[in-house]
Amino acid sequence: MILQVENPVVEVHDLTVSYDRKPVLWGVDLTLPAGSLVGVIGPNGAGKSTLIKAIMGLLPASSGYIRIFDQPLKEVRKRISYVPQRESVDWDFPASVFDVVLMGRYGKLGFFNRPRRADKDAAMEALEKVGMQAFTDRQISQLSGGQQQRVFLARALAQNADIYFMDEPFAGVDIATETAIIELLRHMRDEGKTVVVVHHDLQSATAYFNWVILLNMRLVASGPTDQVLTQEMLEKTYGGKLTVLSKVGDLLRKQEFPSREA
Amino acid sequence: MSDFTEFFSFTDANVRFVAIGSVLLASSSAVVGCFTLLRKRALVGDAVAHAVLPGVCLAFMLSGTKNPLVLLLGAFITGWLSLIVIDFITSRSRIKEDTAIGLVLSVFFGIGILLLTSIQHSGNAAQSGLDKFLFGNAAALIGEDLIVFSVVALLLLVCTVVFYKELMLLCFDEAYARTIGYPVRALELLLTTLTVFAVVVGIQAVGVVLMAAMLITPAAAARFWTENLRLMLVLAALMGAFSGLAGAYVSYTAPSMPTGPWIVLIISMIAISSFAFAPGKGWVSRIWKQRRNKARVLEENLLKLMYQLGEPNQDYYSSRNVTDIMERRQIPKSEISKGLRKLKREGYVVKDKNAWVLTRQGQTRGMRVVRLHRLWELYLTQFLELASDHVHEDAETIEHIITPELEQKLMQELQYPVLDPHNNKIP
Repeated sequence: MILQVENPVVEVHDLTVSYDRKPVLWGVDLTLPAGSLVGVIGPNGAGKSTLIKAIMGLLPASSGYIRIFDQPLKEVRKRISYVPQRESVDWDFPASVFDVVLMGRYGKLGFFNRPRRADKDAAMEALEKVGMQAFTDRQISQLSGGQQQRVFLARALAQNADIYFMDEPFAGVDIATETAIIELLRHMRDEGKTVVVVHHDLQSATAYFNWVILLNMRLVASGPTDQVLTQEMLEKTYGGKLTVLSKVGDLLRKQEFPSREA
Repeated sequence: MSDFTEFFSFTDANVRFVAIGSVLLASSSAVVGCFTLLRKRALVGDAVAHAVLPGVCLAFMLSGTKNPLVLLLGAFITGWLSLIVIDFITSRSRIKEDTAIGLVLSVFFGIGILLLTSIQHSGNAAQSGLDKFLFGNAAALIGEDLIVFSVVALLLLVCTVVFYKELMLLCFDEAYARTIGYPVRALELLLTTLTVFAVVVGIQAVGVVLMAAMLITPAAAARFWTENLRLMLVLAALMGAFSGLAGAYVSYTAPSMPTGPWIVLIISMIAISSFAFAPGKGWVSRIWKQRRNKARVLEENLLKLMYQLGEPNQDYYSSRNVTDIMERRQIPKSEISKGLRKLKREGYVVKDKNAWVLTRQGQTRGMRVVRLHRLWELYLTQFLELASDHVHEDAETIEHIITPELEQKLMQELQYPVLDPHNNKIP
């Protein structure tokens, strides 16, 4: 059940991504419609984060290409925003909440320029949207997990992008934060933005997303939530690992074989 | 002493130059070191520092002069080469970065020492002074050397100011920097180049062996005092400058003494006192906090016990003596007397001949501790479903740290209870 759409905002074509020569995602082909809240769902090690990292250009593709707004990534960077996993940075860094959110404006500022008044306003606005305005001057080392996640979200919001890719924004956050974040994401979708979220909780997936991508080392399904989250599809996604596939991957690494000829 | 006034009056032009030079070199490497530290690449600086020695020697052998620009160039080339080799080893083999750094550092330094020894035995008169690169000699910072090195040091400072925002983002969140279109590889190259330059100019004053300390120690010390990156850079620069100046002074008063070890000792003293005395993070303030907590626990326990002594007859203001208190709870006698004296100073108890009496404030505070204790016991039995004989020990600690807001919240959640799990009244 892989549904392709007309005029997609994101187009992933025959994407294979490898770590150390071992493919972790095989031949992913998918398109996403504009103005949707998309959940990327699958078991541990299915390649969920890998997919959005590859789309963001953080991991090289062994094959295939990605087009966003029908253009290569480089041309549209300013319209895309990325929220990395919370644990990907060291929070014991000498910076305040506001400093971090202001980073969301750096892309627009370019080199040498200092943040202007308007950038600070934008950062403040983003902080208000995630309900962190009271923590503006707080040191980031003193934040709780949920607060860290909100700060990362505010930084992405300050970018004023059209597409957002979020890596596990609900991991290890409290219920209050989760509810606040999903409300915000819905609001963004209603404004016509596209939000792609890596998520690992099946229970809440039906309620949260209107489009779902099921992954397990390859694309199992991509389409509207009610058509994708079926018993059959879930069994295909979670029903055991494709052992031959991962054995072949191991072989490629051990033999130092390229995943594509020439 | 006269040396001291002579040096710090800066009347002698040479002294002035040496002082300015050392301050510039030390502070520029300290500022660059802050970013290296935050990028968690502290060891790389050490490898570069050792790897510049063969470059200096080769430059001298090939050119036959001690022209600072030529030596600088040589140092820069081998410094860079060492980084490329480290990168190559880590990406093309199973050897991890720390091992690669260890390998590269010793190989380059070994070659450097080899070359230096052969130069010294070559009978070339111009070579005297080259060995100063090992441990540094700030007093040699004069004339052309001074100008070249100071200009480079100034450039380093300017670069970190100009690229402040980019370097900060690189150190904090490299992946994000890439997604907003920053040329991360170029920025990394910039930081590496700054590191190599900082090392190259610093070795004149500190020497290759100890140069890493000039990069990392001021940054580590400054990190203890602030949570603000700008302030951290300024503090590191000041600490570096101070140690540089001190090193220059030593070098001036004892010309045969190598400067590097002195500078490093001084900056290390600053770092150690930072670890010890920095507010909040330093261990003195931590020990202080623990002592204060302990004193507070003792005081509150005494007030609680005196309140409880009054509970059976609702008579809180009778005299109690130390034995009464000891009967209720085993606290060493000396501790009790010490605590009571402190409470007297604070106005919570008054002394009545050989016994002690609660004041009204003492009664209120004692009552609050008892209330918190019993509230917490109740909370544990109701919300965590612990057995009522398992909750006392826990409440003994928690009673001292609950804030008035939390107390309010507890009351609400427990719906303003009257009795604790042991059927004692909650006051």
